[in-house]
Amino acid sequence: MKLVEDFSFGLFFWLILVLVVLIFLLRKYAWKPVLKSLDDREEGIQKAIDSAEEAKKEMQNLKADNEKMKQEARQERDAMLKEAQQMKKQMISEAAEEAAIKADDIIAKAQTSIQNEKKAAIDDLRQQVAQFSIEIAEKVLKEELKDKKAQNKLIDRELENVKLN
Amino acid sequence: MQITSRLSIFALLFLTMSLVSSAKDDKTSDQDGGQVDTEEEVEAYIDHHLDDSHYFNLFSDGKTGEHFGIPLPVIIYDFDNGLHAFSASKFHHGEDLVEINGQHYKLYHTKIYKTDAEGSITYDEEGFVENEKPIDFSITKNVIGMILASVLLFWMFTSLAKSYRKNQIPKGIGRFLEPLVIYVRDEIAKPNIGPKYKKYMSFLLTVFFFIWILNLMGMTPLGFNVTGNIAVTFGLALITFIIVQFSGNKDYWKHIFWMPGVPIPMKIVLMPIEILGMFTKPFALMIRLFANMTAGHVVIMSLLGLIVVMQNWIAGPAFFGFTIMISVIELLVAFLQAYIFTLLSALYIGMAVEDHSDHSEDVPVV
Repeated sequence: MKLVEDFSFGLFFWLILVLVVLIFLLRKYAWKPVLKSLDDREEGIQKAIDSAEEAKKEMQNLKADNEKMKQEARQERDAMLKEAQQMKKQMISEAAEEAAIKADDIIAKAQTSIQNEKKAAIDDLRQQVAQFSIEIAEKVLKEELKDKKAQNKLIDRELENVKLN
Repeated sequence: MQITSRLSIFALLFLTMSLVSSAKDDKTSDQDGGQVDTEEEVEAYIDHHLDDSHYFNLFSDGKTGEHFGIPLPVIIYDFDNGLHAFSASKFHHGEDLVEINGQHYKLYHTKIYKTDAEGSITYDEEGFVENEKPIDFSITKNVIGMILASVLLFWMFTSLAKSYRKNQIPKGIGRFLEPLVIYVRDEIAKPNIGPKYKKYMSFLLTVFFFIWILNLMGMTPLGFNVTGNIAVTFGLALITFIIVQFSGNKDYWKHIFWMPGVPIPMKIVLMPIEILGMFTKPFALMIRLFANMTAGHVVIMSLLGLIVVMQNWIAGPAFFGFTIMISVIELLVAFLQAYIFTLLSALYIGMAVEDHSDHSEDVPVV
């Protein structure tokens, strides 16, 4: 066998020595730090991706929240507007009612006062008319009753009138 | 600066390619002292390239027999003679014997043998050398290759690790390395091993890049053939084997020695098959990587050799084109083999640590 004949124990010995030393040297100074760096980097990338995903989700949540808040605000605004409208209407109607009542009141008061004034005026007028009538009557009487005959005549007539009344 | 260094690499590539024809094998040099230009010489040259070497040669001068490169340190252990270290230059490319304490050593076809004072080599009837061999712990070209690859890997990945300190995203060479690390983690370790993958990441990553970079170094004109060496692939597969056996849980051993869910006669039949399976898996790992890388080197060098052997104006450029094409495929294979080795290692580890709690034992699966 040429292969067995060619086998060099020395070369085998050196190979094992060199390779084993190389494995241990590389393990300490190369493979460990390299693989650790690779792992760290991959972990970092994974973390970054995860956190980006999380941020995206959070963003979406925030957006949804915003939308919800907006919706709520809109609803609230609508409700408030509605209420205001209602209040306005109510106030107007209340005011109108009140005004109507007040107006009625004023009118009524005015009417009574007018009535009173009217009464007073009529009374006054009546008194004055009476006064005047008396004065006129006095004057007429004075005039007419200058003579006795005329006086009797008047008394008769007046008495007649009284009877009639 | 970068452009010049790249140019010089290309220059070196073409220089080496052209010198393949003039470079000289140890054996052939004695016979004709000329160029590698016959089929047999090309074959010998390829064999020589596939082997490990005690020299780091860039090229050789065919005419003078001079080699340009560095002799590497030789370390041998002889049971009779003890441990010795000396420079490979003492062998003078196999021409000289080295004498230590009265024992003679000869470099013959890239291997060191114990010889008598004359340096005679004896063969058995099958053509194998009978001489005794000391255990060769030399820092050979392949060991240099492995150390070079380790230094490169260490530098590359510590710089990647450092770059994370400044910034979470790496710059420069890390830009290229980081996806590969993630690839090994996400495509090899995680799906095959499951939740316990972290414990095995150091092994998988190191083995993946170690094999890949050595495969790629084999593609350079420096001529390393580390991953195409059976001792190397054996070592790699052995580490996988040991890791798999040590991480095997109760279920894993139960499935090997007393397969749940089958009748007792089947349990007895399955036991030796499963035990054999424990060894065939890493064995397949060893052979696969070895055969693929060796085949790649053989194909590329054969195509280059054909240019020389054909000596023909049409075949030359055609085979040069083929070589480029195969080289591109080999670049892919370099990655693929590293990937397959790591993937299968992960798969075997996954089988050993798998949790079988989801189906109850000893209930026949219908």
